[in-house]
Amino acid sequence: MLAMRRQADVLITLFFFIIVVSLFPLGVGPEMNILRAIAPGVLWVAALLASMLSLGRLFSIDYMDGTLEQLLIAPSPLFLLVLGKMISHWLVSGLPLVLMAPILGIQYDLSLEALGVLTLSLLIGTPILSLIGAIGAALTLGVRGGGVLVSLLVLPLYIPILIFGAGAVEASAAGLGYDAHFSLLGAFLLVSLVFAPWAAAASLRISME
Amino acid sequence: MIWDSWSDFFNMGGYGLYVWGSYLATFICVIGEILMVKRSARTLRQQLSLTKESILRERKDEATS
Amino acid sequence: MSINWYKYAAPSSFYFLAGKLIPFFTVLAVIFLVAGLYIGFFVAPTDFQQGEAYRIIFIHVPAAWMSMFLYVVMAFWAGIGLAFNTRLSSMFATAIAPTGALFTFIALWTGAWWGKPMWGTWWVWDARLTSELILLFLYIGFMSLQAAIDDPRRADKAGAVIALVGVVNIPIIYFSVQWWNTLHQGASVSVMQSPKMATAMLVGMLVMVLAAWMYSIAVILLRARNIILERESHTSWVAELRGTTR
Repeated sequence: MLAMRRQADVLITLFFFIIVVSLFPLGVGPEMNILRAIAPGVLWVAALLASMLSLGRLFSIDYMDGTLEQLLIAPSPLFLLVLGKMISHWLVSGLPLVLMAPILGIQYDLSLEALGVLTLSLLIGTPILSLIGAIGAALTLGVRGGGVLVSLLVLPLYIPILIFGAGAVEASAAGLGYDAHFSLLGAFLLVSLVFAPWAAAASLRISME
Repeated sequence: MIWDSWSDFFNMGGYGLYVWGSYLATFICVIGEILMVKRSARTLRQQLSLTKESILRERKDEATS
Repeated sequence: MSINWYKYAAPSSFYFLAGKLIPFFTVLAVIFLVAGLYIGFFVAPTDFQQGEAYRIIFIHVPAAWMSMFLYVVMAFWAGIGLAFNTRLSSMFATAIAPTGALFTFIALWTGAWWGKPMWGTWWVWDARLTSELILLFLYIGFMSLQAAIDDPRRADKAGAVIALVGVVNIPIIYFSVQWWNTLHQGASVSVMQSPKMATAMLVGMLVMVLAAWMYSIAVILLRARNIILERESHTSWVAELRGTTR
């Protein structure tokens, strides 16, 4: 049952990602030079949106069937449980995008090196999306219009990740160094790994009061 | 004096549209905010059936206390 | 003279205190506004580079300062409310948000109307403009979250979390936008390159900043009073106001 739900989530997120990325050439035109230039941004924005898509379900299923209340009073620290939730969210809606991105990148005629950088930047960046997104998901738990609200709360906070993630790919496409981008993305990952589970756990407690 | 005439003042050295466009929009925003806050204060008082007298009494209470 | 600050930490006392303070700040705001506009339009000379269009900065700069400052103040009070469970500070944060968002909007709007004659375009993806836009998004996120939650205490606390996360992120966002901007040196424009501002210009701007301050305080107190009255509508002191228990 759980596995099937997961499978459906993976497929929905993945197809959303593919569709959004494939829509852009139809809107912008099939000019390869333009597509190559916008590819990093398009792929990254699509990844942000796709990973946000399933944030609403991160806690809400457990919230509705009452498991969440039990988790709150469970002896194990809440932030560890939240961290587990974050990791499973990433496995469902982050990792598939990372694996799919190079194939979509080929559609945009990215060079082999740029494809590698894209995949690596998504690999470091998408966990941050799950980590920060979980705070928004916890805050909007059980709130009317929660799905749209999550995007309003979380998207502005995603901006630095978008900038450095897409920036790394652009830099490699332009033949520039991209080490700094990766170090910063890595730093963001570490910082959010420390603080986000804690903030999300606090948010959960507020929402469950 | 910087301005020779009122039309000179409104013209703003050719930038009238931009200068007055900025000031007008700001003015509308600020007045709009004040009106909105005032209106919600009024409806709130009505809902709580706070009359003019009770507001006056509030002032008097404060003065005596 | 010692003032009993704890007395004013109770929403009811603050309600009366704010009622007494509002006229004071309103008068100050009007005085500073008139003085600032007078200096701005009749004393400050024409800028030799920007002509008369620079007079937009008399509202643009105060609005931009207030927009950023109010966010920090809002996050501070929201954080205090979260940490010490003081209702009044949370209400204060809620009262600040719309005014902060309004100033952010004014800063963006006046920036565009200044940019059009100066740069020939309404909008550039300059680091400052972009950060200001993101700040507006953060304000809107805070307000929509609070508006969507029915239970006021939960709304206070949830708003506090998002305000604090936002305040931690603002330097990161600003830094990353700046980096992004220097990376994409498209339309290279230097914002506000003013080597030496005439004294009258500077004075006019500072007086307008004071006017914006006083206005913000007055309107925030007004809104805080509304919020207090709304939240405390079933308490005895409100009933006393109504005159039923007399």
